[in-house]
Amino acid sequence: MGTPENPVREWQRFTLTEKLGRFTVYFAIVAAVAWAAHSVEIIEEFIWDAPAQVADMGKRMWPIAWDYFKPGILNPLLETLNIAAVSTLLGILMAVPVGFLAARNATPNKFINMVARLILVATRSVNTLLWALFFVAVFGPGALAGTLAIAFHSIGFIGKLFSEAVEDAQKGSLEALSAAGASPLQLIQYGYWPQVKPTFWAIALFRWDINVRESAVLGLVGAGGLGMALDTAINLFQWDRVALVLVTIFAVVIVAEVIVTQIRKKLI
Amino acid sequence: MSSPAPSFTPVPAHVPAHVRPFQSSWLARAGWLLLFIYLVYAMASLDFSWTRFVAGLEHGAKFISRMFPPDFTRWDLLVKGMAESLQMAVLASFIGVIISLPLGLLAARNLMPGFITWPVRVIIIACRSYNPVIVAIVAVKAVGFGALAGIIALTVASVGFVAKLFAEAIEEISMKQIEAVRATGASFGGVVIFGVLPQVMFRFIGFAAYETDANLRNSTLVGIVGAGGIGGTLFAAFQRFDYDFVFAIVLTIIALIMLGELLQIGVKKVFRQ
Amino acid sequence: MSTALEIRNLDKAYVAGKPVLRGINLSIEGNGITAIIGPSGTGKSTLIRCINRLVEPTSGEILFEGKDLVKLNRAELRAARSRIGMVFQEYNLVERLSVMENLLTGTLGKTPALKAFFRRFDPDDIRRAWEMLEVVGLTGFANARADSLSGGQRQRVGISRAVMQHPALLLADEPTSSLDPKTSVEIMELLARISDSKGIPVIINMHDVDLAKRFASRIIGMSGGHVVYDGGADGLTDEVLKSIYGGEGWLQ
Repeated sequence: MGTPENPVREWQRFTLTEKLGRFTVYFAIVAAVAWAAHSVEIIEEFIWDAPAQVADMGKRMWPIAWDYFKPGILNPLLETLNIAAVSTLLGILMAVPVGFLAARNATPNKFINMVARLILVATRSVNTLLWALFFVAVFGPGALAGTLAIAFHSIGFIGKLFSEAVEDAQKGSLEALSAAGASPLQLIQYGYWPQVKPTFWAIALFRWDINVRESAVLGLVGAGGLGMALDTAINLFQWDRVALVLVTIFAVVIVAEVIVTQIRKKLI
Repeated sequence: MSSPAPSFTPVPAHVPAHVRPFQSSWLARAGWLLLFIYLVYAMASLDFSWTRFVAGLEHGAKFISRMFPPDFTRWDLLVKGMAESLQMAVLASFIGVIISLPLGLLAARNLMPGFITWPVRVIIIACRSYNPVIVAIVAVKAVGFGALAGIIALTVASVGFVAKLFAEAIEEISMKQIEAVRATGASFGGVVIFGVLPQVMFRFIGFAAYETDANLRNSTLVGIVGAGGIGGTLFAAFQRFDYDFVFAIVLTIIALIMLGELLQIGVKKVFRQ
Repeated sequence: MSTALEIRNLDKAYVAGKPVLRGINLSIEGNGITAIIGPSGTGKSTLIRCINRLVEPTSGEILFEGKDLVKLNRAELRAARSRIGMVFQEYNLVERLSVMENLLTGTLGKTPALKAFFRRFDPDDIRRAWEMLEVVGLTGFANARADSLSGGQRQRVGISRAVMQHPALLLADEPTSSLDPKTSVEIMELLARISDSKGIPVIINMHDVDLAKRFASRIIGMSGGHVVYDGGADGLTDEVLKSIYGGEGWLQ
């Protein structure tokens, strides 16, 4: 870095390799955006027409059809909330063992590990709505299909976050327990679980919050909940009822937000 | 005579609470009980019947058999749809991330006064409340069928997610470092660039990467309501009972997402600080 | 010797009716180290932070370079702050940035934000930064991340950052309280060297009376929000110290 007689007077933030790496990433991003912008098919007239369309839609949505709440919204709303709760529970039950098997430090068998990770990626990649299409075709329309759809989709997320938490677990306490002669089950209960517990609750709450929103949409494909009321209203062009559903969803999200924040304060 | 083996006496139940180290509070137990009751009620109200479930399993088996082997013959349709989904995901992620940076800064309560953070937070919550499919429906009504509606829907979803997490990350930073930068006489921009961003940039990149992945997944969906991308192709195939084509599309989607994840890991390595 | 800083009738109350600083009147000369000592909670830290308005004074005047700091608007305050360097008890470095970047933070008073973002600093400033690193003995650490350094090293970076501002006044809020005795002496020696060689007055908040006696040419003792002693190290008899701190046990 220079000699005492001829000291280096410049300064660079990144080394050459670092610069190269960063530049490549920037370049790739710009190239991707340029390609996308160039090749995407957008009909320009629609853009100019948009404000008028939005204004028209706004007019039809007002006044909001509050009187429709009790007859048409209340039950689907409760169904949506129940679907969210049960599907989160089901998802957790299915995800925890898979997540455990997918953690590299908990499962020495490489093949099982890979299969578990594959399951996690696959369930994550298939959208809730796609799962819903599948389960509706199999079990018929209704809340059962919706619950299973959200549960299966959640496996990937809960499982991935959970396996990362397990991999982060400190080896120290695990070694101590092994040395004291703990069985694998006891190792899980007293070694892994206490360390993973706070993250586990954070993941569960996070996923429940998201599932509330997902369950609102399932009705669009017939899988129960508010989505069905929304679908009906849209098909019948009853925009004031559509507005009611949208407002309901917004209210539910805010309430869920408050609940989650309060619980997090108590737990963490 | 050998000494007797040490014996372990379990703590008897009448020992007062402070001697029993693992006893949980009655409040926590009440909470668990309530949760349990609620879940039982919820499951009951969802009207599961065992016969339906079994019939479904049989149905499901038939279904799955019709999906194999996956049909890739109409690959040109597949590629066209995936390309459009990809375009939508890329543009929505880019625009969404760029909007989220200033929006997240404006929503941070430790940087901005209340009359600015409050409306911005409401906007962010509104963006987050709606599943992209719902936003897509509204967007289709506003700007017609096609990719534009999809881009709008995905951008809204991105902003709702990234801006919120970014604002939370900013609210968690150490204000001591900010105080020191302020004491040098730096402008607000200087304080943000040298005091705030170094502390949160790494997390921001993580959020942006996660959201790009989410957009990739959602872009395959919004087509169901006509907002462009492979979703439309998939839905049409589904309704025509072309389950083997459906399976081919699903496999491609999974492959694409796995590719995206690998790229993500690479990008994170480059920007690791 | 000219007056570098003049404080007149400074009052500060965090809660109305409970003043922390009561009518402080001080005149700081343009060189040497001034140490402020006193028990915890007596307003030492508040006083120092009022000078560069990290804490807003309730009333009073603070005259610095021909202006009353209390009355300055935002832009003028920023300009004034760039002329006042500050060293913190917990170093307050930007942990994730390198040592060099932390030094260059000192130039943010005059470097536009956009240039700072692209790290295009004045080559003159970069040269001064290298010189500063040599003075504090951290030449090899230029690209090390700030949180990889020890406490003493971090404080040296903090002091360098303050000196990079070309300040007319240096403030230090308990700069050695988080350091071990040996490192504390090294830091005080560094501050003394800088004060001498660059001719800058230094005001230091401290709780270690022996260090104060050893390095400061002027000592100000505070108690209950008032200045109760103002003079050299020799005037600090046990009687005086008792009146400042109260109690005798710690004087053994």
